[in-house]
Amino acid sequence: MEIVGKQEKQKMHPHKFTLWVAIGSLVMMFAGLTSAFIVKSNQVNWKPVSLPRVFWVSTGIILLSSLAIQVALRSFKDREMNRYRLLTGITVLLGAAFLICQWMGFRELWAQQVTFKGAGGGQFLYVIFGLHALHVLGGLIALFIMFIKGFFGKTKLYSSVPVEVAATYWHFVDALWIYLLVFFLVIGKN
Amino acid sequence: MSEAINIHSGAAVHAVHHDNGHGHHEQSFISKYIFSMDHKTIGKQFLITGIVWAIIGGLFSVLFRLQLGFPDQSFPILETFFGHWAKGGQIQPEFYYGLVTIHGTVLVFFVLTAGLSGTFANLLIPLQIGARDMASPFLNMLSYWFFFIASIIMLSSIFVHTGPASGGWTMYPPLSALRQAGDGQKIGTDLWLIAMALFIVSSLLGGLNYISTILNMRTKGMSMTRLPLPVWAMFFTAVLGVLSFPVLLSGAILLIFDRNLGTSFYLSDIVINGEILPNEGGSAILYQHLFWFLGHPEVYIILLPAMGMVSEILSVNARKPIFGYMAMLGSMFSIAILAFLVWAHHMFVTGLNPFLGSVFVLLTLLIAVPSAIKVFNWLTTLWRGNIRFTPAALFAIGFVSLFISGGLTGIFLGNSTIDIHLHDTMFVVAHFHIVMGVASFFGMFAGVYHWFPKMFGRYLNNTLGYLHFWVTMVGAYLIFWPMHYQGLAGMPRRYLDKRGWVSFNQFADLDKMITVVSIIVFAVQLMFVFNFFYSIFKGRKVTSQNPWGANTLEWTTKITPGHGNWDGEIPEVHRWPYDYAKDGREFIPQTEPVGANESKH
Repeated sequence: MEIVGKQEKQKMHPHKFTLWVAIGSLVMMFAGLTSAFIVKSNQVNWKPVSLPRVFWVSTGIILLSSLAIQVALRSFKDREMNRYRLLTGITVLLGAAFLICQWMGFRELWAQQVTFKGAGGGQFLYVIFGLHALHVLGGLIALFIMFIKGFFGKTKLYSSVPVEVAATYWHFVDALWIYLLVFFLVIGKN
Repeated sequence: MSEAINIHSGAAVHAVHHDNGHGHHEQSFISKYIFSMDHKTIGKQFLITGIVWAIIGGLFSVLFRLQLGFPDQSFPILETFFGHWAKGGQIQPEFYYGLVTIHGTVLVFFVLTAGLSGTFANLLIPLQIGARDMASPFLNMLSYWFFFIASIIMLSSIFVHTGPASGGWTMYPPLSALRQAGDGQKIGTDLWLIAMALFIVSSLLGGLNYISTILNMRTKGMSMTRLPLPVWAMFFTAVLGVLSFPVLLSGAILLIFDRNLGTSFYLSDIVINGEILPNEGGSAILYQHLFWFLGHPEVYIILLPAMGMVSEILSVNARKPIFGYMAMLGSMFSIAILAFLVWAHHMFVTGLNPFLGSVFVLLTLLIAVPSAIKVFNWLTTLWRGNIRFTPAALFAIGFVSLFISGGLTGIFLGNSTIDIHLHDTMFVVAHFHIVMGVASFFGMFAGVYHWFPKMFGRYLNNTLGYLHFWVTMVGAYLIFWPMHYQGLAGMPRRYLDKRGWVSFNQFADLDKMITVVSIIVFAVQLMFVFNFFYSIFKGRKVTSQNPWGANTLEWTTKITPGHGNWDGEIPEVHRWPYDYAKDGREFIPQTEPVGANESKH
């Protein structure tokens, strides 16, 4: 096992590497949007936005799901397939719960008259959080397929690369959410 | 858990299998030519789709040049083809703006981004680094098909009743954000936005693959400093694309919201046709920032692959090592960095803070340094070389000429004070067409002539190639050089009809000349297209494995390699790719071990 570890350190699997480049690309997209937010918040008629409480719940949920997928990855590497299936299932459920919380947050904001009319942080919030939710949804679909495959798949090559790729992506959307939350808490308020 | 080895041996097995079982295990037509995962086939798909787009984009420019050159003349044939778009045989304003917009969009994105780097990154990266295919052949295939769907949608926008998008290829709001603003702002703009979003996805998938293939899949001995320059160029191109296209996507998403959902990201205080719009607090300049943050790197996304291929082709055909390999890398690296720091030079007259403007002037002028280093290296590579004037070499030399003359006018435009006068004039049109449009086209032609034997196992016709080069070269200067004078005299770009300005009447004959020449040049491009397709089937056959006497790995494969590229082991690399005219030998392939009394690189 030690030799294996060393080999992996030497050269990253191309798929994992591709994922990291893709993450760089996604970071640029959200950097573009949040810097657009900063540019626009200096204009007249800007209305700040305050976050509904439910976004704190979703923060807790996505942190838990990150933990779950990390343990799932560990179980996969230890060949504990039952625990792996259970934990991927939990991750999928938590991911779905996260999306539901986001939807509730949007509805609450909409009810507070933060709509597409006029200008202000609210419009950015819908776009930015919405795009983030789309990325969570994409990951969720991939995780769900992996979860199903965990039951039917006859893997001869016990490669953990797909699980590692999924876990890294999931941690990324988690970290991205924390960034966006802090961004709206600190910069979105004024 | 040596995944990489598994993949390699798997592919090797596949390749051998493919070769042995040719008689009884043929790939179906669909998996071989249509939904192919072979990087070479995908490259050809990009190239042929790019050619189709280039014909459409070029034809559009001929159409609007007819209007600019002969505004009094009526061309009844236009009415036959375009109906109410060319009423009375004259190009109508809405049609004119649609033509200009689609010409720009198609040539910048669909031809010179997808058609150029899509083709040659796919073809050359695995072949030149010694890999059996891309890191992810599936994503690679998806990249082409996203491009294909984007193409279909963009093409369909030409046929809708209200016409294609007509807000200019930059798609600036508020014009592009308001349906009431004109016919082209209706469904045409929606289709444009959808097509561009899909195009961005295609570019990103492609770029991800190029980067991870170059960094992870090189054969034994192929260190980064032994990479051929086209591969380095494709690498920087992919990095630029991966970091800048997402920002354009976010700009486009906000525009879609403004168009369809009533938000005010870009809109503020607008009265249109007497109607007061409720939007307030938006900023149209915000879009320009997001757009040009992509838009400027995009210039180098277009230019860098051409630079890389030209370096390779010049060195092979001058039978000399490339001059200053490390300087080439360094200059490409600094161009890639600076590409992200100069976007606001497109926005000097938007009311940008003059102090900020001066920073952007400085950074813009800094790009002259790496550009000049590259030009110097190309010239010194040619200097006292034993040059073989193949069509590819001629186009490569033509590229250097165009890059110099187009680059010099960039120094004028990069100065915010001179730009106040030159902004939005024909001078800008002349500048970017020479330095980015025609120059990159020359790089692309050089690449097609040079690697056509690898792609199809046949040569392009040389005589037609020489004719193609000389007419295009002379024609490009005849078309674009006079535009500098028009621009200096203040003649604006994008205008349908300038007859109302007495001061521009002096240019009427010049405009006629430009139009006539552009028709001739367009016809010669059609001749090239004929040569291309004719030679695929009937061209002179390639008989030797290494027809140009080149050092790089693609010439160690069979004349028409199958999927997997090398039949046996992937060759090992022992030296850099530019050992020409060394130790009394004409060329030494990269696969040859370094001799005992040879100096090392």
